[in-house]
Amino acid sequence: MSSVSVDDTALPVAEPAVPEAWDTIEEEQEAASFGMWLFLATEMLFFGGLFLCYTVYRFTHADGFLAGARATDVKLGTINTVILLTSSLTMVMAVQGGRLGLRGLVWRCLAATAVLGAAFLAVKGYEWSQDLSRHLFPKAHFAIAECGASMFWALYWVMTGLHGIHLTIGVVIVTRLAWLMRGLTSLKIPDLITIGLYWHFVDTIWIFLYPLLYLSGRAP
Amino acid sequence: MTDITVGQNPPKPAPVDAPAHSYLDTPSLWSWLATTEHKRIAILYAITVTFFFLIGSGAMAVIRLELMTPQADVVSDEAYNRLFTLHGVVMVWFFLIPSIPTIFGNFLIPLMIGAKDLAFPRLNLISWYLNLLGGLFVIYVLISGGVDTGWTFYTPYSTMFANGAVIAAAAGVFFAGFSSIATGINFIATIHMLRTKGMTWFRLPLFVWAMYAVSLVFILATPVLAITLVLISAERYFGLPIFDPANGGDPLLFQHLFWFYSHPAVYIMILPAMGVVSEVITCFARRKVFGYTFMVYALVAIAAISFFVWGHHMFVSGMSPYAGLVFSLLSFVVAVPSAIKVFNWTGTLFRGQITFEAPMLYALGFLGLFTVVGLTGLFLASIPIDVHVHDTYFVIAHFHYIMVGGSLSALYAALHFWWPKITGKMYPESWARFAAIMMFFGFNFTFFPQFILGYLGMPRRYHVYPPEFQALHVISSTGASVLAAAYLLPILYLTWSLFTHRNAPNNPWNATGLEWQTTSPPPPENFTRPPVVNKEPYDYEEDRDPDRPANPQLAGAGS
Repeated sequence: MSSVSVDDTALPVAEPAVPEAWDTIEEEQEAASFGMWLFLATEMLFFGGLFLCYTVYRFTHADGFLAGARATDVKLGTINTVILLTSSLTMVMAVQGGRLGLRGLVWRCLAATAVLGAAFLAVKGYEWSQDLSRHLFPKAHFAIAECGASMFWALYWVMTGLHGIHLTIGVVIVTRLAWLMRGLTSLKIPDLITIGLYWHFVDTIWIFLYPLLYLSGRAP
Repeated sequence: MTDITVGQNPPKPAPVDAPAHSYLDTPSLWSWLATTEHKRIAILYAITVTFFFLIGSGAMAVIRLELMTPQADVVSDEAYNRLFTLHGVVMVWFFLIPSIPTIFGNFLIPLMIGAKDLAFPRLNLISWYLNLLGGLFVIYVLISGGVDTGWTFYTPYSTMFANGAVIAAAAGVFFAGFSSIATGINFIATIHMLRTKGMTWFRLPLFVWAMYAVSLVFILATPVLAITLVLISAERYFGLPIFDPANGGDPLLFQHLFWFYSHPAVYIMILPAMGVVSEVITCFARRKVFGYTFMVYALVAIAAISFFVWGHHMFVSGMSPYAGLVFSLLSFVVAVPSAIKVFNWTGTLFRGQITFEAPMLYALGFLGLFTVVGLTGLFLASIPIDVHVHDTYFVIAHFHYIMVGGSLSALYAALHFWWPKITGKMYPESWARFAAIMMFFGFNFTFFPQFILGYLGMPRRYHVYPPEFQALHVISSTGASVLAAAYLLPILYLTWSLFTHRNAPNNPWNATGLEWQTTSPPPPENFTRPPVVNKEPYDYEEDRDPDRPANPQLAGAGS
């Protein structure tokens, strides 16, 4: 941890203003993470609709779905899985650093998280362009003839697209938070744990997407 | 008096004290548009909700005019389709769903639980702007010529054949949905974390419990609607085959997803109404609510069961008959907690010292109309009858009894009951009683004939119909004009009361809730010092007026 030891000294205590509804900043922090859990419940049902569609059509058009899944780029998908799981590790380190009051660790880990998130998006963007050039957008000249494969790819585009939008939002707020943390004197802001929860959620969605989209149909 | 306590006998002529300062004090436009204060956001919502109510009612006025004769003589069939779609979209998502939660929930939850504000004041403001953004999409749809899919957006019509701004309409509903989600998260966090000292879960007013139940439905059902709208927009815009039968897709799957939200949405409209009615009936019957814990469990049970009955919208859609059987059974089950509530309201009235102020008249109207809804709901939950009356005016009448009869009566009850608290002004009582009675008659006048029409076979969404239905349609349209007058009259006299009427005392109804213990209108910080609760809710009996007769009939006659 030598690289992060520069400014890990005891922090001067400068409390930010407590918003009107709360008496102490701790109460507000607790409420913020409770509110985020509620939002994640919402998000779970949001993606749940997609997973339901996938499940239903996976049963009604099993062969088409497997044929469709075999056409995804499993190498890029696996690389992206590794990148995203690593970003969750750096996010955990940031949150833990926040608990211990290690400001230098916090902002560096947040920056690393944002970079890894952006790397995921870059790989994903490249993969999307490859998919397009291989006629895997289910409209005219769609590459796979099997019935149901076009529905697999419709869901692929919607699922990865919505996941990408969520991740883009995550990268923006994590970058902003890293920037704030660099200049801030106090770590007592409610956002860190909350944003961490959001980041892990987006990561968890990918953990479900990866086997559904890349691994099915590839068993020997 | 060091602490403000619930259930103390208020001083009896209650002093009319002009509060030193109130949340209405700084009038600049920016201070309103950038406010994070729950009471002001409630007023902002009241303005937008009223605006959309007028748009939705305008569409309905044209529809009822068209239905006066069996021929098409006011609008073309295309325009008629667009009118009823507009009416449905606006009334469901921009009027009924936000109405009671965002206006009265926003205003009252912090006051009722003794908090300074909602848990996330900024999120609260964002939710209003999201609602406004959704509203702007709907106005764009209106200007660009409308949508003809009906409010249900059924595929494959909406995705492949409908012409009109389907995507813009879906976007409007999408943003309104996220506005609801933000409100739901805010309410749940507030009720969990900001209750004042002594305000235990089972001392919460039933209105707060109703808001809690409705927030659960907000956050768990609305996202499913959101993703469904994303999917039909993707299918329509990019041509992605998701529900397209030609590519193996299943339109029934769309219906399942849509009704998974839209059935609970009915309970989004009625749970808040139940909360309002519980407050009003106990207050004007001067009785502790009968079976408080059962009322709480019934609210939560209705919210929970509402997630498992969506299939009763699909009995004739080609769903498996076994699924139909289960959904039919579950739909009967939801009647049990609803009936508990009706019996407990009646039990509360029994031996009460009932007086008939305007909010009470609206609440009693709700009680009658809700009973009709419950009974006709049982008809529709049984498959053989549903097959007969499906997509007829019987269904129209049934759900208007719950949405218009139930929710709107409760909305007007709430408006009159808390008007003194919100504005600091009393409303003209005799006008209000007149409007309440007119609304009850106008409503039945409009919608009862539709039960008969539907039973005789008049299908919904048709503007040309066989001449034998004309008499009933004319009755219904005439009733609608009475109903319209009953809606507009309060808007007029309430606005008038703002400028001319006498100032309201802090507790004009001698009610027990915490919201009555602060000034009217409340100061920005709600309470000068945090209130402490040391009594059970609705502790009305001990401050009954000994001079008034105990016989409810005599008390009623005396008023």
